[in-house]
Amino acid sequence: MGMTMTQKILAAHAGLDKVEAGQLIEADLDLVLGNDITSPVAIKEMEKMNVDGVFDKDKIALVPDHFVPNKDIKSAEHCKCVREFAYRNNITNYFEVGEMGIEHALLPEKGLTVAGDVIIGADSHTCTYGALGAFSTGVGSTDMAAGMATGKAWFKVPSAIRFNLVGRPSEWVSGKDVILHIIGMIGVDGALYKSMEFVGDGVGNLTMDDRFTIANMAIEAGGKNGIFPVDDLAAAYMKEHSDRPYTVYEADEDAVYDEEYTIDLSRLRPTIAFPHLPENTKTIDEIKEDIRIDQVVIGSCTNGRMEDMRAAAKVLKGRHVAKGLRCIVIPATQAVYMQAMEEGLLKIFIEAGAVVSTPTCGPCLGGYMGILAQGERCVSTTNRNFVGRMGHVESEIYLASPAVAAASAVEGRISCPCRLK
Amino acid sequence: MKAAKGTVFKYGDNVDTDVIIPARYLNSSDPAELAAHCMEDIDKEFIHKVSQGDIIVATKNFGCGSSREHAPIAIKAAGVSCVIAETFARIFYRNAINIGLPIIECPEAAREIAAGDTVEVDFDSGIITDVTKNTTYQGQAFPEFMQKIIDAEGLVNYINRK
Repeated sequence: MGMTMTQKILAAHAGLDKVEAGQLIEADLDLVLGNDITSPVAIKEMEKMNVDGVFDKDKIALVPDHFVPNKDIKSAEHCKCVREFAYRNNITNYFEVGEMGIEHALLPEKGLTVAGDVIIGADSHTCTYGALGAFSTGVGSTDMAAGMATGKAWFKVPSAIRFNLVGRPSEWVSGKDVILHIIGMIGVDGALYKSMEFVGDGVGNLTMDDRFTIANMAIEAGGKNGIFPVDDLAAAYMKEHSDRPYTVYEADEDAVYDEEYTIDLSRLRPTIAFPHLPENTKTIDEIKEDIRIDQVVIGSCTNGRMEDMRAAAKVLKGRHVAKGLRCIVIPATQAVYMQAMEEGLLKIFIEAGAVVSTPTCGPCLGGYMGILAQGERCVSTTNRNFVGRMGHVESEIYLASPAVAAASAVEGRISCPCRLK
Repeated sequence: MKAAKGTVFKYGDNVDTDVIIPARYLNSSDPAELAAHCMEDIDKEFIHKVSQGDIIVATKNFGCGSSREHAPIAIKAAGVSCVIAETFARIFYRNAINIGLPIIECPEAAREIAAGDTVEVDFDSGIITDVTKNTTYQGQAFPEFMQKIIDAEGLVNYINRK
């Protein structure tokens, strides 16, 4: 019986020729990640361990991104704790405000994540790096602490679901629509404990930013990780961003999958997840009712990259957001912010009546920078629409692509670029 | 190992980490402070009614969403002695084991046990007893490796003992 992409990476990092689903292994880690919410808990736990510092100061990334620039005194104390730990341990990859970005956009951009890596992060969207052919998965703070101390983590080797992507997505259909379609199809626990392996000719028709978005939301289907094969586009991305050598692992011909789905990308339509679960999806064509909205958020680790900014700007250019609606655009990193500025996108956003923020996770998790009041509705390019996620428990979040979010901002109701005059 | 006994708080599918501990409180990592807001967005009464040793029972995919360890920390600090569910989201599962919050998967028990029932869980055998209804269920026992972490009362002690 052959191995999947994920199983091959895990076997290599556990020093084993072969692993199979269900097996418990201990794997060497290439990178351990934490943010300003999860790292303080990890640091406290690590201090209880009988260890002398971190396993490798170059293989830890600390990115304060959730509540920075500090939203209040308690957040400032958390960030201070992370900063002091980073300095004390000479952590190479600590990113201060001014150089930070939203972690899962920042780390690939900085070349810290490459194909064949095993990466754990104390943030559930750590699965993003599967877009580059890495095994990466979210863990909690204690796992992060153990990872920082020992450079190892225990895993139960996952079985996999294979998604065979074929065809080319039509205009206004992006990676976000692909992953929302999949979550709508298999449910929020459809890939529980499993790998989601995305293969097929259609992968070549997806940009790297599409793939980051798709891998990013594997967790929203309960997946342990999402992973793509490494093609020329992925190789070119890594060459551009990283000096690190990488290893390509391909699934064996006779690898076994729990389930297999074929998805024709050309047949997908702009897709929106209704409150209060990412699986409550409808295509734009299925929405008959008039859903008026109060706010739009374009950003996050899911959709705050360059192509997301371009898609939103393409829709907002020469248009204005609806009266009374707040449109908040958050480029995910300083580099995205700069590039958007150079391409004139920030001007387009501001002229359209949107605000543009420094990188932060803020509104996605109801932290700050766009909290919803009772009864308010938001179309957001973020990843979760749980009860109370962005504010009041009686507010509503509709998850969508940047293009749909931008069109909805213009109309003041859920809409699509194809419907704009 | 010890057993748990307490009154049941019952919830449905996909209880996510945002309702277990809303992110607006994540500017703290103090267990007592987190416990004060535990389950706030799904059940405002929970924190006023919960007593030391009580048990949470839920159906599918308990703890889905964020990786915040603050979620099992809040539940444990609120006095809950065990969470029984049909299935757990995987990061929550790891986190609960790593911080020493006993959890047990048992689809039948998760579906049949009702709010307010008195339930007993024997962690060694995995046997769950609904004392109110006088029924018993066999929960899934942990693999040996995880049992060692649980016996050490969490990953930190486990690593220190190695």
